[in-house]
Amino acid sequence: MAMTITEKILAAHAGRDAVVPGEIVRVPVDLALANDITAPLAIREFKRGGAKKVFDPDKVVLVPDHFAPNKDIMSAEQCKQMRDFARAMGIAHYYEIGRMGVEHALLPEEGLVRPGMVIIGADSHTCTYGAMGAFSTGMGSTDLAAAWITGWTWLKVPESMKFTVTGRMPRWVGGKDIILHILGKIGVDGARYRAMEFTGDAIRGLGLDGRLSMCNMAVEGGAKNGIIEADALVEDYLRGRTETAYVMHRSDDDANYVESLEIDVSGLEPQVARPHSPDNVAGVSDVGEVKIDQAFIGSCTNGRLTDLREAAAVLKGREVDPAVRLIVIPATQAVYAQAMREGLLEVFVEAGGAVSTPTCGPCLGGHMGVLAEGETAVATSNRNFIGRMGHTGSKVYLANPAVTAASAVLGRIASPAELNGRGGQ
Amino acid sequence: MTLKGKAWKFGDDVDTDLIIPARYLNTTDTEELARHCLEPVRPEWAGEVAPGDIIVAGRNFGCGSSREHAPIAIKGCGVAAVIAVSFARIFYRNAFNIGLPVVEAPEAAAAIAEGDTVEIVLEEGVVRRGEGGETFRFAPIPVFMMDLVREGGLIPWLQKEVKTER
Ligand code: SF4
Repeated sequence: MAMTITEKILAAHAGRDAVVPGEIVRVPVDLALANDITAPLAIREFKRGGAKKVFDPDKVVLVPDHFAPNKDIMSAEQCKQMRDFARAMGIAHYYEIGRMGVEHALLPEEGLVRPGMVIIGADSHTCTYGAMGAFSTGMGSTDLAAAWITGWTWLKVPESMKFTVTGRMPRWVGGKDIILHILGKIGVDGARYRAMEFTGDAIRGLGLDGRLSMCNMAVEGGAKNGIIEADALVEDYLRGRTETAYVMHRSDDDANYVESLEIDVSGLEPQVARPHSPDNVAGVSDVGEVKIDQAFIGSCTNGRLTDLREAAAVLKGREVDPAVRLIVIPATQAVYAQAMREGLLEVFVEAGGAVSTPTCGPCLGGHMGVLAEGETAVATSNRNFIGRMGHTGSKVYLANPAVTAASAVLGRIASPAELNGRGGQ
Repeated sequence: MTLKGKAWKFGDDVDTDLIIPARYLNTTDTEELARHCLEPVRPEWAGEVAPGDIIVAGRNFGCGSSREHAPIAIKGCGVAAVIAVSFARIFYRNAFNIGLPVVEAPEAAAAIAEGDTVEIVLEEGVVRRGEGGETFRFAPIPVFMMDLVREGGLIPWLQKEVKTER
């Protein structure tokens, strides 16, 4: 029977020849992730269930990234619970500050994500790993606790939607712009309960970082998972990161899709999601005059090396507008170290930006750049809900790293193209 | 299982940041979370809602983050059930996992007004508005999900399963 990548992974895990959308399957879990916000609840449920051991300590991952380095005493207590649990259970994949990173940037780097896996995480952006050909989806803490106890979870096989992305990507346009453009078309519940499968020559031409940004935001369309067929790029990336064998699935040509959309990126300009929804999307030139107080470059969507390089290319030799606070947060320690070696951090600091150790920080309004009433920010993160980054009377615009950097320089939302011939190196 | 309570109306795309803002996620204490439930939308609401009341909302209720703190805060307020036009999937799953029944009933969600008395018969898939008022149907809650509600969530259910298997 013809199947999509998502269906093939679920069938293989359920020990079946085939599965069809809508049916509920019980599958073994290859990786079960939680963070400092969701782990404490999962640990509480795990203990309530009377469990003494996790099903497999090597398949449990704990990352203190949201409110860490601890922003207050209560956050410190939550991180401590997690750390104590990791020690008691013999969980090696616990990442302390200084080796830590935003979870969805960290796990691929650590070689923990491989094509064909079933990954669940108590974090909605767990769907990011679909960029490497894995089935991965976000759940709540209780589901995680149940998986830690049993090693299994239940899943409804999602229907798949196919997005064929073609054309030559213009300068300053990347994975973030493609996914924002798609969200603008389908809306925040346009892919509810479904798998979003991305394919086409533009996707194949996109680097891994850009693909990760795209699958990261599948949940913003309501999707269960985002997925991209793994290719040589993924294999190259995994070389030296893992010894474990993996399976690369591809969708059959006659696989079943509930909807198929074609997107030509050739004429696409950088996209911006306006307040207060990731689907309120317009081209950057249609946003109008929007003054900003803060610009944030980081998060699990756009805090990777490619993103920092793009931002630095815009900021090199330029200065951040005096009315703007630029905050740059490399997503992981490895990204931070490499950005340092390449001189990117120097560019940010000399431009007048603040550079922090890896953390989720302002993305969810936790710390490191919370907004006051009436303030406006442009951010490379993934959500601009009311109050997401601070006061309910603040506003967030979502954009790619180059647009965010250009906006920081000009003090208003702007395309990097506007800076041509105006300073810089 | 029959639930009866007063309706509180909310709109479309009520996301998890609205249900419980991230700044309150440095605790797992149910009462503390309940105190801030839906604060950005209706700051006084958590103090007004009474045990047994029912939330009635629009499309895509609970979209956004996977934070289980959202259904916990709602249940912590004493809310007996949520009726909506549709739910975001992680929220839907989380709600049943912690023993909060949620019902996808588009027509009922549209017709019910704030303050109406609402009755839900979960197994039968029926929502009634007011005393002897209109009746709306929804797809009955699957047996497995009903078991979760009866046992008080996934973990108590799992414990019972393990015992029966032994
Ligand atoms: S960076 Fe933002 S979206 Fe990503 S895991 Fe952290 S809080 Fe969630």
